[in-house]
Amino acid sequence: MEQFLQQVLNGLAVGGIYALVALGYTMVYGVLKLINFAHGDLFTIGAYLGLTLLVSCNLSGLLPVPLAVLAVFIMVALLVALIGFLLERAAYRPLRHAGRLSAVVSALGASIFFQNAVMLLYGARVYVYPDFLRPDFTVHLFGMNVPGVRLLVIAASIMLMLGLWAFIQRTRIGAAIRAVAIDPGAAQLMGINVDRIISLVFLIGPGLGGAAGLMVGIYYGQIDFTMGWSYGLKAFTAAILGGIGNIPGAMLGGLLLGVIEALAAGYIAIAWKDAIAFLVLILILIIRPTGILGERTADKL
Amino acid sequence: MTRTLFSLALGALICVLPLFCNAYWTDVCVMIGLYALLSLSLNVILGQAGIFHMGHAAFFAVGAYTTAICNTLYQWPIFLTMPLAGAAAAFFAMLVARPIIHLRGDYLLIVTIGIVEIVRIALLNDVFGLTGGSNGIFGIARPRFLGFRIVKSIHFYYLVWGMVGASIVLFYGLWRSRFGRALNYIKADDIAAEGCGINVSRYKLTAFVLGAFWAGMAGTLYAAKMTTIAPESFNFMESVIIFAVVILSGGSQLGVLVSAFLFIGLPEVLREFSDARMLVFGLAMMLMMIWRPQGLLPPGPRRYPVATPSAAAAGQGGRS
Amino acid sequence: MSLLALHEVTKVFGGLIAVNDLSFTVDEGSIVGLIGPNGAGKTTVFNCITGNYTPERGQIRFDGAVITGRQPHRVVELGIARTFQSIRLFSELSVLENVLAGRHCRMRAGLLACMLHTPAMRREEEAAVARCMEELAFVGLADRCHEAAGGLSYGNQRLLEVARALAADPRLLILDEPAGGMNDQETAALVDIIRAIRARGVTILLIEHDMRLVMQICEKLVVLEHGTLIADGEPDAVRNDPAVIEAYLGVDDEKW
Repeated sequence: MEQFLQQVLNGLAVGGIYALVALGYTMVYGVLKLINFAHGDLFTIGAYLGLTLLVSCNLSGLLPVPLAVLAVFIMVALLVALIGFLLERAAYRPLRHAGRLSAVVSALGASIFFQNAVMLLYGARVYVYPDFLRPDFTVHLFGMNVPGVRLLVIAASIMLMLGLWAFIQRTRIGAAIRAVAIDPGAAQLMGINVDRIISLVFLIGPGLGGAAGLMVGIYYGQIDFTMGWSYGLKAFTAAILGGIGNIPGAMLGGLLLGVIEALAAGYIAIAWKDAIAFLVLILILIIRPTGILGERTADKL
Repeated sequence: MTRTLFSLALGALICVLPLFCNAYWTDVCVMIGLYALLSLSLNVILGQAGIFHMGHAAFFAVGAYTTAICNTLYQWPIFLTMPLAGAAAAFFAMLVARPIIHLRGDYLLIVTIGIVEIVRIALLNDVFGLTGGSNGIFGIARPRFLGFRIVKSIHFYYLVWGMVGASIVLFYGLWRSRFGRALNYIKADDIAAEGCGINVSRYKLTAFVLGAFWAGMAGTLYAAKMTTIAPESFNFMESVIIFAVVILSGGSQLGVLVSAFLFIGLPEVLREFSDARMLVFGLAMMLMMIWRPQGLLPPGPRRYPVATPSAAAAGQGGRS
Repeated sequence: MSLLALHEVTKVFGGLIAVNDLSFTVDEGSIVGLIGPNGAGKTTVFNCITGNYTPERGQIRFDGAVITGRQPHRVVELGIARTFQSIRLFSELSVLENVLAGRHCRMRAGLLACMLHTPAMRREEEAAVARCMEELAFVGLADRCHEAAGGLSYGNQRLLEVARALAADPRLLILDEPAGGMNDQETAALVDIIRAIRARGVTILLIEHDMRLVMQICEKLVVLEHGTLIADGEPDAVRNDPAVIEAYLGVDDEKW
């Protein structure tokens, strides 16, 4: 029982990170119907930028560690948001009216570009986040010892998700994002600046993804330039699992995928955990072809 | 017309190319041929039928491993394993595609990616104790044809490109038939196609299985060329490259060939950039799509021999 | 015997009953009009017949055989072809290739024959092209066979859909607002074409808002309101039916 709960908590921490990255996929998909394959690499960039700011720029020496981490968290989110914004301008906007798959290939190119840019700048080796950045307290919960950093990661991802949820549901700009996702043409006629909304989505999604990259660095302590590929694929899976284009779906899909993986690794075999995650995805899509929270759109005849 | 001339020129160039290449570049051209073969078969699925399939490497892997296992364990001659490799890949495709082929575009995309990953992980974990885990399988024999042993790069060059030529003829025939038209109707509007009397799910499935059969046979050639295969040769990145070749091609077979030369040849040409070559490659991918969003060479219209109808023939209640 | 018979057909979307307990028949060789105010469920009835929807209750028989719940392409093979209310042509393909789509289900060449272009496959292909050109000539579009379908005028696109449906050798042709978007001249020509189709022995069931056209060519009318049958019979009887007048009053009665 204790092992089960530990695995679930472990899964929720990874799942929270998947969910944050998945939100970037799903929001971009919502407004552009584009799978931004470069999103995983923006996440990698977040992890590397975080390391640079904390260690090389010695922010962690200038400020108390928790404060430094918080400051870097915000800086990374802003910087990666900026990269996402530029990416959309350079690689996707010229393809807005081309076939959807042309933009997908452009996104794949951008992904290869970013991945190799990180490799050239930092080298191909694995980087380690210093230990002192990781909170080392433990919490007693249901009679177990739970590492504090795990709970912090879960809490941080849930807070970010709730913040985004409130923004999308409660503000005028959030309503505009939802409107563009439903029908860009009609939104334009209603006086919404669609280009500006798309740019905004390319700020929010990558911002969250970059922050998730930093969280992975602190949580696992290790980063490498190919991590965006696997995390990106998982997060995309999570977004589809929840129903792509659906924001609560991405959150649910991410958490669920994290837990499934952790349980598969704990109870079946660690070598098969990725395969099991995909297998579950396929089974769910066979039962519900539009994902868990995806809307079934009736074919208009 | 210019396109016909260009095709002939390209065909002639491919025929004589290895005479001017050293072994290294001949090998590169063999790889281009293999990718062309894979891309031509994916073009039926993705280009003609519009099925978002980013997992073609999975069927390539099934074919290559079928050949490797039959040859190393049971000493089957390579060419005898080829139809079996195709059939194994096709059977696997039928099995996995049947429940998912109706999924909407992007959902199908991730499921097909998932299939590549599942296959790769299964191979890595030495499934059934036959695949040799992460080391893969080595010691695959060279193919023999009527007593002639195919060993040198140039032998493989003509073998692979001969197969490409045959595939182009067969797939061209397919394109110019009710089958090819049915795939195009489905790509344009599957509900209208079904409403016209076309069995949409059967045609989609057939296209998928046919493409997988070809990928399986390409796997045989790959195993024979390399004599060693390992799971890492069939990862997601391979699927991405084949996918990108088809999208950049625009959908015509000539486009696929040009696109395969660009995609597989380019990283070789970029060797002087050494470490930065994949960076330039990624950049080139973006720029090529921005430069030609519709692809290099979209297929031209099919031609039908139609006698110009005279007004008299229009008859029967029709408006003149 | 009637060619098409609907028996107590009910179709529900969510909580909304789109078609309620509907029964009517279409006699072989007749032209029948399905009419009613917007949102009455006419197109839903069509989609139930063509297999795009499966009704929750009831039975649809075609030539005596139950076709309820059959897949749309099977229904076409059995001899029911349709046109769409919102034109659904393959707009980037040529006019001729659009008609060949309708012919597809009457062709037999298999995968291998298609790849190898066997003599039998070539003969079948030539026959199909010839037949489709006849259908194009029938609706007056033969000289435009190589153009892209999307470039035709609205009226001609509707005629092309008719030709595409006819290429499938239907016994029953279902037309969803064939005159929609046509001017008076085009509508007059359409009337001739519909009559000529019937003269070929094809039974016709159509939805149409143009009451003049309906009154002119239909031998029988079926009137729906809110998914329920309110009248059916000969046009003259139906137009004087109090329930029908009530349903149409103030909506577009000036068209009567």
